[in-house]
Amino acid sequence: MSSTAVASGKVEYTDSENRNALFAVKAHLIAGLSVFLLMMLGGLTMRAAQGTWIEIGVDLFYQIMTVHGVGVVGAAMIASTGVQWHFLRKYVRLSNAIFWTNFFIFLTGVVMILGSIFLGGYGGAWTFLYPLPAISMGAWSTGAAAVFQLGLLIIGVGFLILYLDFGRAILARYGSLARSLGLTMLFGKEPVDPAHPKAVVASTMVLIVNFLGIAAGAVVLVMGLINLYNPEFQPDAMLMKNLIYFFGHVVINATIYASVIAVYELLPRYTGRPWKTNKVFLAAWFAIVFMVMGVYPHHLLMDFPMPAWAMITAQVLSFGSGIPVLVVTGYGALMLVYRSGIKWSTTTKLLFLSMFGWAAGVIPAILDAMVTINRVFHNTLWVPGHFHFYLLLGLLPMIIGFTYHLAGEGDRSEQPKATDSLGFYAYLIGAFMTSMVFLASGANSIPRRWAVHMEEWVTFAQVGTIAAALVVLGTLLFTLRAIFILPGAANPR
Amino acid sequence: MISTVYAVTLACMAFIAAVFLFVIVNSKEVEADYQGVIKKWYGVRSKWFLFLLTLGIAVSFISTNPFPIPDQKKDYPENGHQVVKVGAHQWYWTMAPDTVETGKPVVFYVTGEDVNHGFGIYDESLTLVGQTQAMPGYTNKLVHTFDKPGKYKILCLEYCGLAHHAMITELTVEKADQQ
Repeated sequence: MSSTAVASGKVEYTDSENRNALFAVKAHLIAGLSVFLLMMLGGLTMRAAQGTWIEIGVDLFYQIMTVHGVGVVGAAMIASTGVQWHFLRKYVRLSNAIFWTNFFIFLTGVVMILGSIFLGGYGGAWTFLYPLPAISMGAWSTGAAAVFQLGLLIIGVGFLILYLDFGRAILARYGSLARSLGLTMLFGKEPVDPAHPKAVVASTMVLIVNFLGIAAGAVVLVMGLINLYNPEFQPDAMLMKNLIYFFGHVVINATIYASVIAVYELLPRYTGRPWKTNKVFLAAWFAIVFMVMGVYPHHLLMDFPMPAWAMITAQVLSFGSGIPVLVVTGYGALMLVYRSGIKWSTTTKLLFLSMFGWAAGVIPAILDAMVTINRVFHNTLWVPGHFHFYLLLGLLPMIIGFTYHLAGEGDRSEQPKATDSLGFYAYLIGAFMTSMVFLASGANSIPRRWAVHMEEWVTFAQVGTIAAALVVLGTLLFTLRAIFILPGAANPR
Repeated sequence: MISTVYAVTLACMAFIAAVFLFVIVNSKEVEADYQGVIKKWYGVRSKWFLFLLTLGIAVSFISTNPFPIPDQKKDYPENGHQVVKVGAHQWYWTMAPDTVETGKPVVFYVTGEDVNHGFGIYDESLTLVGQTQAMPGYTNKLVHTFDKPGKYKILCLEYCGLAHHAMITELTVEKADQQ
């Protein structure tokens, strides 16, 4: 065996394993940020088209919309996995080979998806809502829809393989998922260990929910594929919708729970204060396991035949899922930073911003998850408003903050470079404006996923275009930094 | 309802932003006694948690009683309701009848004839007043009482393919005493 678990609780690897692992993590981050940048250009193009500043065909618009959705989810998954794997491998012995295997399977799936969209013309949205992929009215072929779904399926298989390695490593170290999640401490069977790694707790939660979420996704993708080539096989549309939204909701939510590990691990270093594991923390993460999986019917509140109990449960759990970030993680970060004497680098600014983005982003999400409110907000631009808020101002700052940390920026004594500051503020203002314009558009009942906007809505799209351009500028500077500085950077501290 | 929800959202977000700004402003000074900070702010956290919990229970109870979705198993007799049959197709609506009157509940029986669509009712100021999904194999019953006469628009609110945005029709609402 080339590496061992040592008494300090951290796993020791050989130098060559560590070099390879660092390289792999950087590859995940650079790939993720590059895809994010391209998807933001897609978003900018869509907003400019809705704002009548450019003219594109509706077929191309919906293809861009499809690639934008699937690309952002994919980039979020691959980049957040890079963050999570980097920290988790300190506590359990993970395989570099499997990490790389997932990366290359992911790239294979990306090529298939891009081909299905831009060569095959598939524009059925990333949600591939059954039976739309099979009924395009001639816009795309059965083959294009099949390659898109196969691409997603292959990516899912790669992640399942990776999660098997996570599970194996966690079980080898902790004996059970209940123990790694901290349940034995939470329920008093073991004394609370304040040093129990948050990376392990969060990773156990991500492992459980994503394994089930991706498995549900695989089931619905296979049923969709069978339907494409055997149209007489017609699964129940409501069942398919439930499976799709369970899968989609879980995987995109899990990215933020994977990436927040960077905040747990790094904010204590930069503030010089400990962030101890306690029962409140463990209870919150135990609840999150159920809440992330149980809230998905809030996407189906306008599907009236859904059972009332499922809708009410989704509403209650949606409110509940805001509590851990508002009371535990976000609150804990505030306590760490308050009168800590923290040095505000781009790294720390981004990590702290991510807590604000996540905490504030849950507000419009929770409200829209109420049945009575959903009746006049569902599928308006309010929905992209809330998820752009917590993806642009929550998830991405976690990932980019970690990237800056890995580039060594957080440890430098000098002030952040002018380009970093320009990138940060362009991104901050652009991301905030983008989200708020979406929310304002939703409050004006403007529907989402419309290639052509009515005259009354065009001004909103034009302001959104300016905001999106600022996001692209900020992300371009961040991504260039990652591409040019990250490969040569040594592992910080 | 829409403007209230929007105002509440902005107010809550502004509150969270103010808390983060307060911490940023107070981040430069150094309080060496972190245990003291923990003790003080953990006390506040307990109250904050109880506040959110109470708020959540109250809001959940009030907002779901009565349950805002009409009973899907119930028959809505034509003497007490106006009945409109709606079919959603790529990319047009069928709606019979396409004229209703104010003051008397309208029951829309909505189904998707091919793929998923979304049946959204917009008033003359382009404000969404009600919606339901139109799904193949299911008929959703949406009940809405119109207060104001006018030309309402029906827009598709679920992405259904390349002419999704063009899937628009009109519903006429007349004053009850005109008929």
